[in-house]
Amino acid sequence: MSRFLKSTLICASATFAALPVMAQTTGLGRAALPEEVAAWDIDIRPDGAGLPDGSGDVWTGEELYETQCAHCHGTFGEGMGSWPALAGGHGSLTHEHPEKTIGSYWPYLSTVWDYVNRAMPYGMAQSLTHDEVYAITAYLMYLNDLVDDDFELSRENFTEIRLPNEDGFYMDDRVTLEWPLFTQEPCMSDCKPDVQVTMRAAVLDVTPDDPIADARREQARAMAAASGGGDASVSTPDAEPAADPGEDARAAHSPELIAQGESLYRACRTCHQVGEGARNAVGPMLNGIIGRSAGTMDGFRYSPVLTEAGDTGLIWTEETVSEFIADPRGYLPRNRMSYAGMRDADDRRALVAYLSTYSE
Amino acid sequence: MSEEFTGRASAARPDGPSRRGFLRGAGLAGAGLVAGTGAARAASPDPLITEVQPWAQFLGDGVDAAPYGKPSRHEAHVIRRNVEWLTADTSSSVNFTPIHELDGIITPNGVCFERHHAGVADIAPQDYRLMINGLVDRELVFTLQDLLRLPRENHVYFLECAANSGMEWRGAQLNGAQFTHGMIHNCMYTGVTLRTLLNEAGVKPEGSWLLAEGADASAMSRSIPMEKALDDCMIAFKMNGEALRPEQGYPVRLVVPGWEGNMWVKWLRRLEVGDAPWHHREETSKYTDLLADGRARRFTWEMHAKSVITNPSPQAPILHGHGPTVITGLAWSGVGKIARVDVSLDGGRNWQQARLSGPSFDKSLHRFYFEFDWDGRELLLQSRAIDDAGYVQPTKDALRDFRGVSSVYHNNGIQTWHVHSNGEAENVEVS
Repeated sequence: MSRFLKSTLICASATFAALPVMAQTTGLGRAALPEEVAAWDIDIRPDGAGLPDGSGDVWTGEELYETQCAHCHGTFGEGMGSWPALAGGHGSLTHEHPEKTIGSYWPYLSTVWDYVNRAMPYGMAQSLTHDEVYAITAYLMYLNDLVDDDFELSRENFTEIRLPNEDGFYMDDRVTLEWPLFTQEPCMSDCKPDVQVTMRAAVLDVTPDDPIADARREQARAMAAASGGGDASVSTPDAEPAADPGEDARAAHSPELIAQGESLYRACRTCHQVGEGARNAVGPMLNGIIGRSAGTMDGFRYSPVLTEAGDTGLIWTEETVSEFIADPRGYLPRNRMSYAGMRDADDRRALVAYLSTYSE
Repeated sequence: MSEEFTGRASAARPDGPSRRGFLRGAGLAGAGLVAGTGAARAASPDPLITEVQPWAQFLGDGVDAAPYGKPSRHEAHVIRRNVEWLTADTSSSVNFTPIHELDGIITPNGVCFERHHAGVADIAPQDYRLMINGLVDRELVFTLQDLLRLPRENHVYFLECAANSGMEWRGAQLNGAQFTHGMIHNCMYTGVTLRTLLNEAGVKPEGSWLLAEGADASAMSRSIPMEKALDDCMIAFKMNGEALRPEQGYPVRLVVPGWEGNMWVKWLRRLEVGDAPWHHREETSKYTDLLADGRARRFTWEMHAKSVITNPSPQAPILHGHGPTVITGLAWSGVGKIARVDVSLDGGRNWQQARLSGPSFDKSLHRFYFEFDWDGRELLLQSRAIDDAGYVQPTKDALRDFRGVSSVYHNNGIQTWHVHSNGEAENVEVS
């Protein structure tokens, strides 16, 4: 193990004029079977390496294209919506809005064959036969005015084909061309006489809607307006003016209200349990509380005053529970519930809505 | 998502009656302190202090309330976002990291931007296979368990899409650092170097190129020169300590440090050794840089030094008024480390050195800060990264002079935010 690591480290520091020879392997993995390599090794190169036997003509390709490709790429390869255009755009590469198609831009036909074969049709990849891929490739050549309608593409004639823009590409030369300028010592002061804004994104207005950013901008404007200028008070985004809080609350038992109640219930669960498997604890279990006579939960030892209230007809409705938790000791003096009370009526409505979702 | 800021759902916020009532009654101005020099004075006692708050009185969630933890519900707006008009369908599209909401250098896994070419592949770990074939002594198949028995390494690297800022070539377009610079994330990867892995198969002397191929429905494929593969590339099965997220290539992705994100093939299923590049779709039709003369650069793999101020920015205006103000942002270079970041408040006329804080790793995001006293003046904020190779992040116009405006990829020009006197920020270009 240590020898292996050592050799790895040595390799790491070497320069790679040639592949370093590492004496040892772990023997992990297993030999790939020829059938497995054949199934996955589907790539094609410009020199024809990897091309399988087969052929297809323009007319066959047209039929396939109409059913398999045209709904995204357009009848003439012009591209529907934002889907890629495959044909046209000749001579457009120097225009303001160049159109980069197979005929106008792509350097190699093998790329077309390879991509159709590996990834098309979109959403049904690798469903075409080799002959069908040849035929669709032939039709795409036809759409780009590269061949006549009697053309048939095959493994045999494939590498004779040249795309018009093959020589339009060259190796990345940023380091030699741009770096001499971009590695100069940068200016630190008085680097230009004056600075003007020449373009604003807001003029184009193509930014996706962002309600949070909008709210923050509104806040910036509101604070500036309130302070009569750029000065502004400290505030958190939470301090946005609230919408009418009654609006949600009036829609009793809306999911939002119940969710609010669930959150408020945190104040209760120190003593009470509710939901599946709930039992009596410090306080009585609350499943089915709404509609039950007060002081009647089996097995719970109530304060005398609560039992008495039940005996004399107090039934826990949404209203009575709400009145009770607003001020438990005021509502039923000498009861044992040690809770100071929930003053906010909206909060009580939410809590009761939450409790009402648990029946016995 | 926007509850915290629109106030729409305030009625459902159980923050407690006293606080809500206070805010409703007091309005914005009374909610806090008036900014200025020295300690400010509150007009009346803050009920958040003088009244016992619910969270200080009642029990909170117990353990296991969230077996896999999520951010605070107050952070629900910190999400990846899509620009719908950019692409035809979300299965072949991109969204953006909310860099204006983050700090430090590590991107949380759940908000790392996504780029798919045929949606997210769903692969069970026991169904995962990695094949090495081509010009090797032994064509091999590995299971995930096999890969976990090879020596592992940990590295922090940024991944930036070559098209990050690509919408800005023709001028300022999108109002938000998330949208102009959010096709980037920075994670610690755990995995096995290609040097180790390829040694198992034994690369033949003529093997000078590597094809990496994904298992998704686009069978994403890229050619990588063997020199890079053996230098610092790795396969990763963990990001930031946990398994790769499905949208980041679970269970295994390729890591190509400092080079364009498209090469970091996700759901990696195959590595083929060859003696020439394959010129596949993602290195011909796409990810080539069309220049003004109609010719195009190919194999523009390296991501050159770049930076952006994330706060303030259009989605994150200054909301605290005058006085102490923190400018912060990110800088990175696919060539090495960031040596220095400069900040300009006046659109590039004068520059001051920013403060770098946090670990500085090769080909990783760096975090910078610039603290100053804002007097409410309009600002034209810029940042300029300088890497340890001496490369100075250029202006957008300097890039356009070389490349024109049609190259889509590798826009690492200096970004300008116009901060108005009320704190709002806008994406602009300057002379």
